[in-house]
Amino acid sequence: MSEVVATNETIMVVGGGISGLTAALEAAECGKQVLLIEKAPTVGGRVGQLYKYFPKLCFPTCGLEIQYRRLKANKNIRLMTMTEVAGISGEAGNYSVDLKVAPRYVNENCTACGDCANAVEAEVDDAHNYNMKKTKAAYLPHNMAYPQRYVIDPSIIGTADADKAKAACKVGAVDLEMQEENLSVTVGSVIWATGWKPYDAAKIQPYGYDRYDNVITNVEFERMMDPKGPTGGKIQRADGTTPKNIAFIQCAGSRDRNHLKHCSRICCMASLKQTTYVAEQLGDECKSTIYYIDIRAIDRIDDFHQRVKQDPNVSFVKSKVANIVGGSDGNVVLRGVDTEGYNRYANEHDLVVLATGMQSTVPTGIFPEGTVINEHGFIDLDESNGGIFGAGCSSDALDVNRAAQNATAAALRAIQVVNQVAGTEG
Amino acid sequence: MSEMNQAMIEKYRSNFLQEVEANVEEGHWVKMCMQCGVCSGSCPMENNWDHPPQELFMMIRANKRDEVLSSSSMWMCTSCYNCIARCPRGLPITHIMHGLASYGKRMGLAPKEQPTVKFGDIFWKSIVENGRVNELKIGVGLYFMNGFVQGIKNALAGKELGLAMMKTKRMNPMEYFGGHKCKDRSGIAKMLAKAAEFEAEHVAKFGK
Repeated sequence: MSEVVATNETIMVVGGGISGLTAALEAAECGKQVLLIEKAPTVGGRVGQLYKYFPKLCFPTCGLEIQYRRLKANKNIRLMTMTEVAGISGEAGNYSVDLKVAPRYVNENCTACGDCANAVEAEVDDAHNYNMKKTKAAYLPHNMAYPQRYVIDPSIIGTADADKAKAACKVGAVDLEMQEENLSVTVGSVIWATGWKPYDAAKIQPYGYDRYDNVITNVEFERMMDPKGPTGGKIQRADGTTPKNIAFIQCAGSRDRNHLKHCSRICCMASLKQTTYVAEQLGDECKSTIYYIDIRAIDRIDDFHQRVKQDPNVSFVKSKVANIVGGSDGNVVLRGVDTEGYNRYANEHDLVVLATGMQSTVPTGIFPEGTVINEHGFIDLDESNGGIFGAGCSSDALDVNRAAQNATAAALRAIQVVNQVAGTEG
Repeated sequence: MSEMNQAMIEKYRSNFLQEVEANVEEGHWVKMCMQCGVCSGSCPMENNWDHPPQELFMMIRANKRDEVLSSSSMWMCTSCYNCIARCPRGLPITHIMHGLASYGKRMGLAPKEQPTVKFGDIFWKSIVENGRVNELKIGVGLYFMNGFVQGIKNALAGKELGLAMMKTKRMNPMEYFGGHKCKDRSGIAKMLAKAAEFEAEHVAKFGK
């Protein structure tokens, strides 16, 4: 690969999701040099996996499109995909960062024609669809992938499949000799925006995510709405039938000392939003029930909550479900006691969506000593962090709107650090 | 927090909540309950009690002193610890239940016709008299807890087990007449009398 140019006036942004993209673009559009690092083969992150945003219910592809457009137009940003940070040392204005670049086995010549995918036979788990389906071992991560370039899964390297992919490529883009590379760069400031991952639902033992096929997570439900997703855009149960009575369980893993102590902030709105998917696709044929401790739809987004409450097909039960047991025909029974009257209930549902929380992906052990990572795994805003700033969901559990605001703030902080290096500021 | 805020909080905090915080084991946790209901839903005693834990906590905040302390609910607790294991806020619910039961008893409000309360009385009587527990007397006491006729029925039902225990020297019927006692019984009596004195002071302060 070509040489990476970075100096101590460069801002490194780690993570190419909505927060990282925003931070990188804001800094670059202010004229700063930005190195944007992304672990996956494409930028876009979690937003690219959503069907619709709340509260306006528009498609995230639209918002991403705008960011991609800005990214393509900006010469100040150097994007590196399939790259991970192995370690950061130094101080504000002079950080040395070790990077590890995984081989894509496909070079810049790729036109995303898809001939390699047609040629190979092996299939691998499709991470974009939370492994709910398989994808060919030569694949484009998803339609909104940027860069629009295929990836060859390392599992087929050295097999006949890899040679088939190479033979099928008319533009000479497949390069099976690519190796993992380690390199070190110098940067002035680091914006950490690696975002979140859904909390592992199998850890919530009483809810039986690992035992019952029809207990799924909210991110999986989101994938069901994608026409190219695992169900072809249909809301369905594990056996392919259409659900008639869906339950949404809030705080599945959040606000719980046994799991994530923090409130994940997005899950109330995510479930309210997902009831509109049910209404949109199944209308009066399917009921939705939300089990909650309290609905945290604050300020203007409460209008959305009030609107969902008007829907006669959506009902609310004020109770954190205690446990889930198996029922007939693959159904499950939700058991608990409600807080409005203290009535014991055992309600049968044919599909259960766990509103799993946001877990921080901030790693330990790679930041310089003294970097303040709080008990929830988020990077605090602290003077002892020097020139390292958390952005978006690396700083707190945030929705897309707030993550973008937060990322802009982080960009401004990083700009001040590199300005000091350049001597143009204090 | 400002002093004014603190004063406001004190004003609106119910007296009974303060009383629970001051006197009930782990009572200071009660205010931490967020009313999610996982404890109640996880309780194996299901429909066998009047008020699930979450409701008891709300009643404490609502100043329902007599209803809480005379409730049979906390006496039904089997100490399975499901509620503690699952409480999202880490409340030691089992301990609070036992604390409330014990406090209700001290205040003379515990339900009279409740088996666990009766068992506690029999157990305590044995300790006060002998300075130690006489298992045979407790067993017989429990058999006859609900009257003489029922006691005979219970004894006949447990006959096989009783005979087997005697045969294997696990139970000595002579223990019923006198039985083991601790050496310094008067010392224990003095100690309990002093404790009763403290208790009386306490009841005078908080009881009715």
